[in-house]
Amino acid sequence: MFLQLQQISFSYDPGEAGLPSQGFSLRDVSLAVGRGSLAGLLGPNGCGKTTLLKLMAGVLRPQQGTIFFDGRAAAGIPRRELARHIAVVPQETHPAFDYSVLEMVLMGRHPHLGAFRLEGPDDLAIAYDALAATGTAHLARRSYMSLSGGEKQRVIIASALAQQPDVLLLDEPTASLDLAYQLEVAVLLARLNRERGVTIVLATHDLNLAASLCHVLVLVREGRVLAQGATAHVLNGGMIRELYDVDADVRFHERSGHLTVVPIGRAR
Amino acid sequence: MTVSPSAVARVEAAPRPIRLRLTLTLLGYGAIALLACLVAPLVGSTPISLSRAFDRSIPFADNVDAQIFFLARMPRVAASALVGGGLAATGVVMQALLRNPLADPFTLGISGGAAVGAMLAIVFATGASLGPLTPVPLASLVGAFVVGVIVYALGTRPRRPMSTAVLLLAGVTLNAFCWAVIMFLQYLVDFAEVYRTVRWLMGDLDIGGFGPVVGVLPLMVVAFALFAALPSSLNLLSVGADIAATRGVDVARTQRLAFVSAALATSAAVALAGPIGFIGIVVPHLVRLMTGVDHRVVLPASALFGAAFLVGCDLVARTILAPVEVPVGIVTAMIGGPFFLWLLVRKA
Repeated sequence: MFLQLQQISFSYDPGEAGLPSQGFSLRDVSLAVGRGSLAGLLGPNGCGKTTLLKLMAGVLRPQQGTIFFDGRAAAGIPRRELARHIAVVPQETHPAFDYSVLEMVLMGRHPHLGAFRLEGPDDLAIAYDALAATGTAHLARRSYMSLSGGEKQRVIIASALAQQPDVLLLDEPTASLDLAYQLEVAVLLARLNRERGVTIVLATHDLNLAASLCHVLVLVREGRVLAQGATAHVLNGGMIRELYDVDADVRFHERSGHLTVVPIGRAR
Repeated sequence: MTVSPSAVARVEAAPRPIRLRLTLTLLGYGAIALLACLVAPLVGSTPISLSRAFDRSIPFADNVDAQIFFLARMPRVAASALVGGGLAATGVVMQALLRNPLADPFTLGISGGAAVGAMLAIVFATGASLGPLTPVPLASLVGAFVVGVIVYALGTRPRRPMSTAVLLLAGVTLNAFCWAVIMFLQYLVDFAEVYRTVRWLMGDLDIGGFGPVVGVLPLMVVAFALFAALPSSLNLLSVGADIAATRGVDVARTQRLAFVSAALATSAAVALAGPIGFIGIVVPHLVRLMTGVDHRVVLPASALFGAAFLVGCDLVARTILAPVEVPVGIVTAMIGGPFFLWLLVRKA
């Protein structure tokens, strides 16, 4: 397995000697993501999706358990090397200064350059390629802060692509976007996965996005994995009730060619 | 300080590769700084003849021009350049570290600590000195270090990124506390000493020789050596700590380096010339308007422009009411204050 979490427990407030003081945000989580797959993390607010992504990215370290990346323990991989393989797109990005779009994307070259090397023509070419792949090349000279939400999200994805990662982790990539932009980001992610072979893990509340995009789903509730597997197997009415306490109809939609989820009401 | 129109036009042109931008910036701002440092010693309340100042045939003791040039003005220009460059570069680092464009070198409370140290040395007339450091600079360095260590201890947690909120609050609180101590001391002592302390707080570059400059130089050198490692990490840190971490930045280490280098430069600058305000906030913003916001350009450009700016302000302070000298802190605040308000209004 490409990205593997083995019995991970994590608490934001570790007690004495690593023992739990206030309980874990994540408890005994094991999951695996295959190379080239497109996986979705589903679960209610506060279930630990973002924490899981941060653990996968190496931003947080688990108190217990091991994370393997391509067969190596991730804890032993230096941060810069890890950043050459795993890139993250946070939910929202608010720079303190008014960087241009090109500058934001070029920052993705940092793990390849380090603190002292300046970017050269090759790095610029990679940055422009990332801009082109996300349909934002025309924005290169614009100020990042002046962009719309959808444009910003695509620029941050471009910046992550400039890292030339094998794995892309996205935290609710469509949360603040309108329908057209949601579709655009979904199409972009599917294409990156298909054409560039980028392994993608995304956390989302949008079940229809997950149904249309993800090959596999991991369902997380209260810091534990409820179920994981192929989308068609995992996404059903029973699972959605268990996950969100919501009754929902899950049906195959002929025209779109994937499952659709229609919430009916709160369970019980 | 005026800016050449070509520097402004450069921003609107196509984005140049970073190497070229950096070279042009260093040459441009280096030239401004050099020019300021060359012109400033020639001008002052007493006109001097440069040929007479460099005339070896006149004994130094009898050569007033040489004495003014080498003992009064040169050390003063050197101190201005060092303090201005140090405070401006520190402003850049602080604004990125705290992700707050309003942060400046004094945000962490280090200047307050330095001021308390200086007050104590003035009020109790301590005789302690260290090498070229006379009692007041030495005491202000000690005060700065004490506050720096307290804020650092409050803001850092083992193996975790610093809490910028705690840093800000601790700095603001310690500054307020230090000011209370200063006012209490001023309330206790007699008028002559109150005047001396107030004069110190206004900032003063009349250091009377190279001794104090040499005394704080090692701190500045270490601070600038650390600054040099920071810019590309500061770019990412100012975008966000989490995104910086996932782009390969060791966030906790970068924050500590930034804190320590900023604290060293601030301590050195305040010990040398008192708390001269506004440079740390005005110069970086002015430079950003001209060069864009990339820290790899902004940091060295601010250091050079800060040096030129303070040398220029000190020149104004020395000459505008000559032979009376205006404290340089008043000049920087009178130029910097309105400018900063204009920046704020323009942004809103």
